[in-house]
Amino acid sequence: TMTKLGQWLCGLALLGSAWAALALAPPGLQPPAPLRQALLPLPIYLLVVFGCYSLATVGYRLATFNDCEEAAAELQEHIRAARADLRRRGLRL
Amino acid sequence: LSVLLPTYNERDNLPLVVWMLVRTFRDSGIDFEIIIIDDGSPDGTQEVAEQLEKLYGSDKILLRPRARKLGLGTAYIHGMKHATGNFIVIMDADLSHHPKFIPEFIRKQKEGNFDIVSGTRYKGNGGVYGWDLKRKLISRGANFLTQVLLRPGASDLTGSFRLYRKEVLQKLMEKCVSKGYVFQMEMIVRARQLGYTIGEVPISFVDRVYGESKLGGNEIVSFLKGLLTLFATT
Repeated sequence: TMTKLGQWLCGLALLGSAWAALALAPPGLQPPAPLRQALLPLPIYLLVVFGCYSLATVGYRLATFNDCEEAAAELQEHIRAARADLRRRGLRL
Repeated sequence: LSVLLPTYNERDNLPLVVWMLVRTFRDSGIDFEIIIIDDGSPDGTQEVAEQLEKLYGSDKILLRPRARKLGLGTAYIHGMKHATGNFIVIMDADLSHHPKFIPEFIRKQKEGNFDIVSGTRYKGNGGVYGWDLKRKLISRGANFLTQVLLRPGASDLTGSFRLYRKEVLQKLMEKCVSKGYVFQMEMIVRARQLGYTIGEVPISFVDRVYGESKLGGNEIVSFLKGLLTLFATT
């Protein structure tokens, strides 16, 4: 089994060589002009899309990160109960 | 069920967490033992642990202290040596993890016969209390990066509130070498490699009631180093 790094390198090598073959082909083997025009900036475009996706995802997850107010309040209650009970049972706190 | 509680300077929190554990288990009728692994805390944690042992019985509270701070991984190994439970719960002793979630872990484990049940702060109604925006951002950012690079199949990799089958934890301890946050991540990653199944339960993480929380530049750097190491080696 390959490492994650290995998978990334393989994937990038595959996509990279496919892109290079099509976009940088010599005049005789070039794909039609519209396709070439779209292909050339594709890597940068994908990078930017990924960057935006990352920002949006992290931003969304940050905004929806639950604040456990009740859990904190409940914990305080339990702490009070615990200390009272433990003191009653002779523990030196 | 065996609960492993590594402690360092938890004199204030330890009796509280043990009290809550005992109450949770007694209310749910779960057979348990709590193993306290104290790394020579200078603040009297071990003394409190001994009082708790007297109070609840040495069949329920097992003390496995060590001479000095030796790290979490070895604490688990050391604690597990005499654990009699079929399942092991690892958690923090500083009240950021509430024992009330343990019965939910057990329920989840039975539901899917999982090898590991991981408490997650990032899914369902899981969450945190006491974190400012910056801390949350770092947390979400780091988790995102981890998801992209490692595709681990679990939403919370750095969490340390989990239930393991005993054999699974023993196997994983042999293989994991990292420290700190990365150690918890490595456990999940290796578990996936070995084909173990992982279930998740949303938990609330209430940041330190007593004591200081630690997330400095050093932590972040070592996290990134560890993440890249896992990326390149697993």
